[in-house]
Amino acid sequence: MIRVELPQHLQTLARVGREVEVSIDGPVTLGAVLDAVEARYPVLQGTIRDHVSKKRRPFLRFFACQDDLSLEAPDLLLPEPVVRGVEPFMIVGAIAGG
Amino acid sequence: MSSVRVLVGTRKGAFILTADGRRQNWAVNGPHFPGWEMYHLKGSPADPNRLYASQSSGWFGQVMQRSNDGGATWEPVDNKFVYDGTTGTHQWYDGTPHPWEFKRVWHLEPSLSDPDTVYAGVEDAAMFRTTDGGANWHELPGLRNHGSGSKWQPGAGGLGLHTILLDPTNAQRMFIAISAAGAFRTDDGGTTWTPINKGLQSQYIPDPEAEVGHCVHRIAMHPSRPNTLYMQKHWDVMRTDDAGGHWTEISGNLPTDFGFPIDVHAHEPDTIYVVPITSDSHHFPPEGKLRVYRSRTGGNEWEPLTRGLPQQDCYVNVLRDAMAVDRLDSCGIYFGTTGGQVYASPDGGDSWAPIVRDLPAVLSVEVQTLP
Repeated sequence: MIRVELPQHLQTLARVGREVEVSIDGPVTLGAVLDAVEARYPVLQGTIRDHVSKKRRPFLRFFACQDDLSLEAPDLLLPEPVVRGVEPFMIVGAIAGG
Repeated sequence: MSSVRVLVGTRKGAFILTADGRRQNWAVNGPHFPGWEMYHLKGSPADPNRLYASQSSGWFGQVMQRSNDGGATWEPVDNKFVYDGTTGTHQWYDGTPHPWEFKRVWHLEPSLSDPDTVYAGVEDAAMFRTTDGGANWHELPGLRNHGSGSKWQPGAGGLGLHTILLDPTNAQRMFIAISAAGAFRTDDGGTTWTPINKGLQSQYIPDPEAEVGHCVHRIAMHPSRPNTLYMQKHWDVMRTDDAGGHWTEISGNLPTDFGFPIDVHAHEPDTIYVVPITSDSHHFPPEGKLRVYRSRTGGNEWEPLTRGLPQQDCYVNVLRDAMAVDRLDSCGIYFGTTGGQVYASPDGGDSWAPIVRDLPAVLSVEVQTLP
């Protein structure tokens, strides 16, 4: 299972805790994880990526194993610790006031 | 006894304020959706317990919510707003072409007869509709493709479709307003649209009498006189009696004719309310005095309403969607401020009292009159 950490507002919206788990058949890529999260929690569609272009919303960042993956392509293979469920894939709201 | 339910959208959540018909003792419920910008909430006239809410965030985009129990519980519905066909461009602030991009839902207008049908005014300006209670939203593309879309330009707050008025006597007729494009009318249920801006004068645009480009802040209608519309423009308060065929200025003796909201008394079609604001560069009341102005003559002759409102050191604003009226025998008037106060008048504006004082900045106020 792939562990995914969500920012607080998306936890509230999906009515889940800080971390959710998704299973993926095939290569564990950045795009596949986001597809799986949106498939399991349809309410999150459009809140992480644009509905049509699938581009990351600009104020969100993606991290794994302390690496910033925000600008990586959707077909990026995630690090082995994420694939094995040792480390989470993190969706993080960009830090700002207000 | 009848009661009222006030739906308040703020910069950081939604609040539901309730009282019996005396409108003296209020219960404050919320925040709903804390931390999110709640541009607008509105109930269905056909089923008052069916509410719709626009929830948005710079981080997470647009979410739509629906309640079937008067706001006690909510469920997210479809948030996919995709423009129909080729989007083209509108003008950016500097006049250069800029592609249409969906940003948020500004205003929700439920059908007068069907709780599952709702119109949504969005930024960048377009009109969407659901006919299945929010499960799917589809654009009415005739507005954006009317032919003048490439000349529309955002106001300071964005290119938002902020007002939707439904004609209670003609289901095919609707009026909308966009900042900064102007007002439009459809007579065929939203398939085709006509700009209705003749008579408007806007000195801040290259052609002050242009067909489109006017920064209309709000329009209002009394349901018994759907051909008469009142408008608060960027500057000027206006009136039409022929469904937008021609507008005339009714600013009269207002201390300033800049402002955002305008509304009509529930039982007196010639009694209207505005909140004058100093200017487009000073978004606060003149002289630090928060005054609602009332005209009982359909404009031109205005009286200040001050009892219960702060008359010194008040520098809040009242946004375009933040005024509403109830339909009780003694008509109640409500408005919210950017300082987080929601004021109510149970006597048509003669006296005012705050329902609540310390909310986040108020974006919208709607009122439901319940049996």
